[in-house]
Amino acid sequence: MKTSNLTHYIYGIADNALILGQRLGELCGHGPNLETDIALTNMALDLLGQTRSYYQYIAKLSTDNLTEDDVAFLRKENEYRNVLLVEQPNTDFAYVITRQYFFDVFHFLLLEQLQKSTDVNLMAIAKKSIKEVGYHKRFSGDWLIRLGDGTEVSHQKAQQAIDDLWMYTNELFDLSTQDKTVIDAGYGANSKDLKEKYYAELTQTLTKATLQIPENKYFQDGGKNGVHTEHMGYILADMQYMQRTYPNMKW
Amino acid sequence: MEHQVDIHPKLYPILKAIPDPEIPVLSIIDLGVVRGAKLDGKHAFIEITPTYSGCPAMDMIGDEIKTALTKHNYIPDVDLILYPAWTTDWMTDEGKTALRKYGIAPPTDAITDKKALLGEERVIECPHCGSTNTKLVSQFASTACKAMFKCDDCLETFDYFKCLI
Repeated sequence: MKTSNLTHYIYGIADNALILGQRLGELCGHGPNLETDIALTNMALDLLGQTRSYYQYIAKLSTDNLTEDDVAFLRKENEYRNVLLVEQPNTDFAYVITRQYFFDVFHFLLLEQLQKSTDVNLMAIAKKSIKEVGYHKRFSGDWLIRLGDGTEVSHQKAQQAIDDLWMYTNELFDLSTQDKTVIDAGYGANSKDLKEKYYAELTQTLTKATLQIPENKYFQDGGKNGVHTEHMGYILADMQYMQRTYPNMKW
Repeated sequence: MEHQVDIHPKLYPILKAIPDPEIPVLSIIDLGVVRGAKLDGKHAFIEITPTYSGCPAMDMIGDEIKTALTKHNYIPDVDLILYPAWTTDWMTDEGKTALRKYGIAPPTDAITDKKALLGEERVIECPHCGSTNTKLVSQFASTACKAMFKCDDCLETFDYFKCLI
């Protein structure tokens, strides 16, 4: 196994947690009520904690003495491998919940598989994280049902969020050639196999929430290859400012 | 057993005296985050594991272990391990009692926990008045490891330490 392939693969998982964690962190003090504010930032903390475990492992694998901070804060936009879904803005609460649910269902299925990784570090991180992600999924799923099956306004807003974010779901299952090498070696989880389960679970929840599944079959991708939406640069500007202004500070 | 923790008897009282920074009534031993403590001459090797990945208390717990061991003339080496992942099963009975006294409902078993958090059954006992007439307010509370409940009898809200199995 070439270390560079493994590192590339780990970025594909860890960067999702970092960017979504950063997005949720923006809601600190801005949640719709105290309980949801605390819940969303708790989830941000879980995701950033998971990110740290992955980045510490990447730092350990690196041959040029990278630290977890270098990895988190000093890469350029096109070096981040997160999917486009997680970088989408906190437009309103319905978007926050929908984005979260679309990601949580995938995240849970992925970690279920990653627990079987023959790489002990990835196995350990997956076993740890899945316990947390179970709570995330329950939270976002409950809220999506509540919004969809709630008032006329909440239903309409949830449907809008579903319609707008749906096109970012397919990218979750994309794999690069390097990813495939890692998966074939038994180190990674094959996300391609998770697709059917994913959409079945989404369909079940959306039906319960009285929400429609979009008919749009056009799907957007690019994040995993470092080609991001216009939102990504702003996230990084915010996130990297301190590290670039005060080089070598630690988080 | 896989989860049996090997703590050197000389190190045990020192570690037992270190409180969790978030919940000071709970010793880090009773919380179950100390996963091993070996002694080799004056070198003490301690393994700790986080309750949750993002737990901000881990750095502080590591520092406090180092300080305490140094004070007792040991040379500390603290290692953070992720596997096996922490579970509320590792919390001692003594720890659970201490939590309840402090006003935090201790974790129940996984099945009861699921029923309670899904709102199917009212089973979490209020640590203030002992009533089970309680309801879930939020699955996330003051820290990631706790959920928030409200007692419908004494009307107080309280933290419930969530099960992680």
